[in-house]
Amino acid sequence: MDLLGNLGLGLETALRPENLLYCLIGVALGTAVGVLPGIGPTATIAMLLPITFNFEPVSSLIMLAGIYYGAQYGGSTTAILINLPGETSAAVTAIDGHEMAKQGRAGPALATAALGSFFAGTVGTIVLVLFAPPLARVALSFGAPEYFSLVVLGLIASIALARGSLLKALAMIVLGLLLGTVGQDTYTGTPRFTFGVRELFGGINFVSVAVGMFGVAEILRNLEDEQTRTVMVKKVQNLWLTMKEFRSIAAPVLRGTALGSALGILPGGGHILAAFASYSVEKRVSRHPETFGHGAIEGVAAPESANNAAAQTSFIPLLVLGLPAHPVMALMVGAFIIQGITPGPNVITDEPALFWGLIVSMWVGNLFLVLLNLPLIGIWVKMLTIPYRVLFPAIIAFAVIGGFSLGLNAYDVYAIAFFGILGYFLIKLGCEPAPLLLGFVLGPLLEDHLRRAMIISRGDPSVFVTRPISLTLLILALGALVITMLPAIRQKREVVFKEEV
Amino acid sequence: MTPTLAIRRALKDILAGSVFIAFGLFFAVVSTTYEVGSPLNMGPGYIPLVLGGILVLLGIIVVAKGLVAGEGETIGTVPWRSAALVVVAVVFFGATVRGLGLVPALFVATLLSAFAGHRAGVIPAVVIAGGLTMLCVLIFVVALQLRVPLIGPWIPV
Repeated sequence: MDLLGNLGLGLETALRPENLLYCLIGVALGTAVGVLPGIGPTATIAMLLPITFNFEPVSSLIMLAGIYYGAQYGGSTTAILINLPGETSAAVTAIDGHEMAKQGRAGPALATAALGSFFAGTVGTIVLVLFAPPLARVALSFGAPEYFSLVVLGLIASIALARGSLLKALAMIVLGLLLGTVGQDTYTGTPRFTFGVRELFGGINFVSVAVGMFGVAEILRNLEDEQTRTVMVKKVQNLWLTMKEFRSIAAPVLRGTALGSALGILPGGGHILAAFASYSVEKRVSRHPETFGHGAIEGVAAPESANNAAAQTSFIPLLVLGLPAHPVMALMVGAFIIQGITPGPNVITDEPALFWGLIVSMWVGNLFLVLLNLPLIGIWVKMLTIPYRVLFPAIIAFAVIGGFSLGLNAYDVYAIAFFGILGYFLIKLGCEPAPLLLGFVLGPLLEDHLRRAMIISRGDPSVFVTRPISLTLLILALGALVITMLPAIRQKREVVFKEEV
Repeated sequence: MTPTLAIRRALKDILAGSVFIAFGLFFAVVSTTYEVGSPLNMGPGYIPLVLGGILVLLGIIVVAKGLVAGEGETIGTVPWRSAALVVVAVVFFGATVRGLGLVPALFVATLLSAFAGHRAGVIPAVVIAGGLTMLCVLIFVVALQLRVPLIGPWIPV
C-alpha cells in the first residue's frame, strides 16, 4: 500500500542517526524551555532558526518541530510540581495536577501527563498521516483567489480563538500585514518603506519580529516586578500508575485526544482551547465532578492529551496548505523558506522524504519525551533553580546572536530592540502579539494572491465570490467573525480564557 | 461621570488606538509616494494604502469604544530603567559586533542586560556576562561555526 511505503520512507529518514540526534536535541531543548518560565517555544525557535541554515532541511525541521511539542511536555511538569505553567496550554493541568502533587501524588500526576501526551501524540501523528495527503490533493487545485480567501479565513479564525479584545486583535493583524509590505515589491521592484536602507530591501526580518515580540517583550514584562521563585520540590516518587488509576484515565485520555486532534487543526490557539475544552468536558461527564480542582486524575489526563494531540495536528494546515495556524507554525514557514522550500501542497510530492520523515520523527520524538520526562524528571526540576537574573541576559545574548547570524546584518539586531519595545507596550495596552506575527508572515502571501487574482479576473473583484471554493472559504471567515462577535459566544470565550489565570 | 474620569478609564484603549492610527497614517501617507495603480493593475502603493486606511479606521474605533466602555484597568508599572538598558544592550551589539568582534560586543551587551535586573551587583553582573560570552563563543563559533571575528578590526592587537 502507498501509505505503508510512505511511512517506510519516513521511518528510514527519521531513524537516520543524525536525524535521531537532532530530534533528541529538539525535544530536550523544548522540554527545557517548557519548564523554564519566561521563555517559550516561539522565542526559542525564532532564535535558533538562523543557525539551522546550514543544516539539512529535514534535520532542521525535525529539530524545530521537536522544540515545539517538547515544550508541551515541559510545561506540564512545572504546572504539576510548582503550580507554574511553563506554557499557556498547561495552565489547566496545574488546576488538578498541582493539587495531586500537594497530596503527595506528584508521581502519578507526572506519569499521567506523560503517558496521556504520548498516546495523544501517537494518535495525532496518525491523523496527520491519514488526512494530510488527501487534503493536499484538494489544495493543489487551488488558484490565486482560493488562496487569498484561505489566508483571509486563517487570519480571521486566528483572532476568533485568541484572547482579549477582538477589535485590537484585528488591528494587530492589519499592522502585521503592513509591516509585511516593507521591502522590495515583488512585481515592480520598487523598494517600499525602506528609506534608502539597503538592508531593508529584503523586508523586515521575521526572526527579529518574533524574537523581539516574544522574547524581549516577555523579559520586560518579567522585569516589571521583582519575583523570587521559590522551588519547593519534594523528591518525586512512584512514577507509575496503579491499575485503578489506569482505568480511570483511559476514557479521559481518549476523549481529550479526540477533541485535541480536531481543535488543533483550527487556526489560532487550538491547543490552548483544546486543553480548556477537554477539562470542562471531563468535569461534565464525570460521576464525581466535585473532585475536580481537588486532585482529580482525570483533570490531568484529558487536557494533557488534548494539548499534545492538538500540537501534532496543528501541523496539518502548515504542511498541506502552507498556512500557519499559530506563531510557532509561522516560524516553521520561515524554517521551510530558509531551506528554499515553499511550504504547501507541493511538499508532499516534491519532498516526500522530508514530509514523511518529519511526521515520523514526531512520533519518535514523543517516545523520547516519555523517556526524558519520566526517568530524568530530576534534571528538569533542577533547571528551575537557575535564577532569572542569569536566564534573561542569556536570552538576550542568544537573541542578538541569532538575529545577527541570519544575514550578518546590524539592522536585524536593531529590529529586535524596536519590536521588543513595541511588543511590550502593545501587550501593556491589551494587544496580543500573536496576530501581528501571523499577519506579518501571511502579508506578502495575501498581497501576492490578491494581485494575481485581480490580474486573472481582469480587475473584477467578484472573482472571489463566483468561484465556489473561494466563496465557501469567505463565508466561513465571515461566519467565524460574526459568531465571535455574538454577545453570548463572547461571554463564553471570555470565561474560557479567564480560567487560565 | 466627568470627562477626565472617562479618559482615565479609557487610557489603555486611547493609547492602543493612537498607536494603530499613527502606524496606519504613516503607511498610508508614505504609500501615496509610490505608484498606487488600479484594482486591475495594483501598483506597489495600492495595498499599503488600503491597509493603512483600514488600520486608521480600526484605531479610531478602538479609541471610541474605550471612551464608551473602557475596561478601566490601569497600565501598571513600566520598568523604564530595565527597558532602556535592554534596548541599549541590543543596539550596542548590533552596532559593534563587526567592528569590535563577537567577544567584546557580546560581553558589553550581556553586562548591560545583567544590570537591567533588580539589585544587580557589579561582580555578579561581570561574572554572568563573562560566563555567557564564553558559553556563546563555544556554542556559536566553535560548535556552529558562525563566521564572525572574535576580536574585530577596531581593536588593534
